[in-house]
Amino acid sequence: MSDDQTGRREFLARSGTFLLLTGAAGIAWDAVASGEPEKAPNYRSTDHWWAMAIDVEKCIGCGNCVRACKEENDVPREPFYFRTWVERYHVPEGDIERPEVDSPNGGYDGFPEKYRAGDGAKSFFVPKMCNHCAHSPCVQVCPVGATFESPDGVVLVDKTYCLGCRYCVQACPYGCRFIDPRTKTVDKCSLCYHRISKGLTTACCETCPTGARMLGDLKDLKDPIHDFLRTHKVQVLKPQMATGSKTYYNGLDGSVR
Amino acid sequence: MGGFFGHKGHLVRVAALFAAGILVFLVLQALLVPKGFGVYGHYRAGALDDNRARPLMHAGRAACVDCHADVWEVLQKGKHGPVHCEACHGPLARHAEDPSAGKAVKPDPKLLCARCHQEGVARPAKFPQVDVAGHAGGESCTSCHKAHDPLEQAAPATPEKKDAAAAVPQKGAGQ
Amino acid sequence: MEGLLQGVQGYMYPNEVELQWSVLIVLYPYITGLVAGAFILASLVRVFRVEAVAPTYRLALLTALAFLLVAPLPLQLHLGHPERSLEMYLTPHTASAMAMFGFVYLWYLMAVLLLEIWLEYRPEIVAGAQSATGPLRLLYRVLTLGSYDVSPEALRIDDRTSFVVTLVGIPSAFLLHGYVGFIFGSVKANPWWSTPLMPIVFLFSAIVSGIAAVMLLYMAMTRLRGLEIDMPCVDTIAPYLFYAFVIDFSLETLDLIHRIYEADESFHTLDFMVRTRLYLPHIIVQIVLGTLLPIGLLALTQVVKLSEPARRGLYATTGVLTMIGIFAMRWNVVIGGQLFSKSFLGYTTYKMEFASQEGFLMAAALLILPFLILWALVRLLPPWGGGHAAPQVRPVA
Repeated sequence: MSDDQTGRREFLARSGTFLLLTGAAGIAWDAVASGEPEKAPNYRSTDHWWAMAIDVEKCIGCGNCVRACKEENDVPREPFYFRTWVERYHVPEGDIERPEVDSPNGGYDGFPEKYRAGDGAKSFFVPKMCNHCAHSPCVQVCPVGATFESPDGVVLVDKTYCLGCRYCVQACPYGCRFIDPRTKTVDKCSLCYHRISKGLTTACCETCPTGARMLGDLKDLKDPIHDFLRTHKVQVLKPQMATGSKTYYNGLDGSVR
Repeated sequence: MGGFFGHKGHLVRVAALFAAGILVFLVLQALLVPKGFGVYGHYRAGALDDNRARPLMHAGRAACVDCHADVWEVLQKGKHGPVHCEACHGPLARHAEDPSAGKAVKPDPKLLCARCHQEGVARPAKFPQVDVAGHAGGESCTSCHKAHDPLEQAAPATPEKKDAAAAVPQKGAGQ
Repeated sequence: MEGLLQGVQGYMYPNEVELQWSVLIVLYPYITGLVAGAFILASLVRVFRVEAVAPTYRLALLTALAFLLVAPLPLQLHLGHPERSLEMYLTPHTASAMAMFGFVYLWYLMAVLLLEIWLEYRPEIVAGAQSATGPLRLLYRVLTLGSYDVSPEALRIDDRTSFVVTLVGIPSAFLLHGYVGFIFGSVKANPWWSTPLMPIVFLFSAIVSGIAAVMLLYMAMTRLRGLEIDMPCVDTIAPYLFYAFVIDFSLETLDLIHRIYEADESFHTLDFMVRTRLYLPHIIVQIVLGTLLPIGLLALTQVVKLSEPARRGLYATTGVLTMIGIFAMRWNVVIGGQLFSKSFLGYTTYKMEFASQEGFLMAAALLILPFLILWALVRLLPPWGGGHAAPQVRPVA
């Protein structure tokens, strides 16, 4: 090989390495400049993929979750703003297409008795919340990138960036978003991101007395959610929308909307 | 009329205006896009931090057990074992942080117990529930039931009251 | 606010009780629809060489501009944080149809409408820069962009250029208004909105409303100037209005028949909503008064030989009914889509406030504003008898 060719190869190898390192340094610098979220005590978002399992057969409609969530996340107390709520279904015999549903103040004060036993209908409670969809339509329609799915699978809102256009509220099939009248930005269940990133559980799971709600980390092989999903017949809400919902329900009746 | 661009001169001015506008836009864009945008996806990376920075309102059971291990022992023995402390006692992060500053409130049994245990048609049949008014006859629940170990019953006021309580049908397992 | 709960029938998800998009969001597609429709009428002259409607050419362009300038206002007034709306330009999320707004709007304003108006009016602008007095003269001078070349060669170049601009402007106008239809049509969560037909239905109803608006304005302003209405002009506009209407109605009827026939899970709740809460705005105002009646009256003018005053009266009536009917259509889409629950189990009500930022008065003001702007534009750039609006030389009878 001639001197020229060796010289050129060396030059290419050196510049290639240089570019690679510069590129890598550039990416690293970006992470540094953006506030180092990875450095929150031992929490690496890529180690987790959050989901929620809800067992309808265990929910007693006590409303603890609704109250705890409003306290934990400073949600306005008026009956139009809920990060999570509980619905009561009363399904007349053989009529799953026309259930009676109510959610007085979202279940915040529990449910005053409305039905008599023995009327031939079946009744149950269904907790609702953001489904933290993997293919979220709300994330898709945000015009500026103020709502997004985090690397660990939680759909979050950037309150300093949200315009308050309300397109995402329209796009959510589950009705889980609302506009906070105080900040005029959108708000919704954040899966208590500030808690789960510190090793705690969500406020709703913390206060659920029957274990109807279970936070799960799908990337953690030892998490009980894997067993739960394997041993129960689980469904998601509105599967035909193909939202990639990560809120799995056991015991979901056909009448549930 | 001549000129460098012939009779197209005015169109060139328009084109130049457009080009200038696009340039200004690109400069503004480079300057104004927030730091950290696009690092993980089409959003501001700092938003992850913002969402993590909320103050805690609930301490979580582990924090309570640190100081109240005795209560924890009692709870484990009874039916309320799986129920976490703040499910009944409300958010207590402030109290866990500084017990003297944030006082924990003892909830009113008349309101609290019925919230879960008042019988309801929509409640799962296997869940222990009763018509509280008939069962308690106006008494506070804790006059017979210890909150942390509810089935370890204190001696009732009179035998008649015990009979009256037992006479009201109770649903759910664990009797 | 508590009164809202009283207005709920059946079950609504708690967060759904209060409507998200108000009358201002009804206004926005209405206004951009008028822009698109007016421009299509102008393009009839420039691209499709329908000379008979030439008297309305410049007026159509100015009308489109007046409405286009007002179009962002309802959006800004509706946003929770209008001061952040620049973010749509800085970090547009390309997956979102709404992110397109800023760019499509700017493109249409600068590269189509303003450019075309400028090219059309250059002789008048240059004349004004040389002979006007006071601050108006400065305005004209700025508008010349420093070029005073209105020689025949330059004007020929302008003519060819504005032809291309109009040609590009037609799909641009389609995009300006069609994307709004897509904003609604692509929301799978809402069965009242989610249909591939939505952009096309929006577009054709836009064309109908825009043509009607320019026709009405032309007739009114000609009368106000004490002149005779050019009957061949309006007699040519009318069939275009008629055909656009027929297409629009066919599309909407197709959607309706499809829904009724398939009767999917959302059908019974939508059907109930239309029969009850939307009965007046949808059945009476949009369909009967706003579509069937105008189509019928226009058909009459096409089939029966009527006198000039009769035709003028029918055109004017049709125009007004159309404007109201197309507004009702926007109302029924936007408001109607929020009156029913996504659980398909309940309904809520829309309480339009009177004097608030998103209330009735604001909506009325935003509808009046374009006419004020148009008045100013007409003073600055007279639309009569010049350029491509020059009446054709008609042989002496």
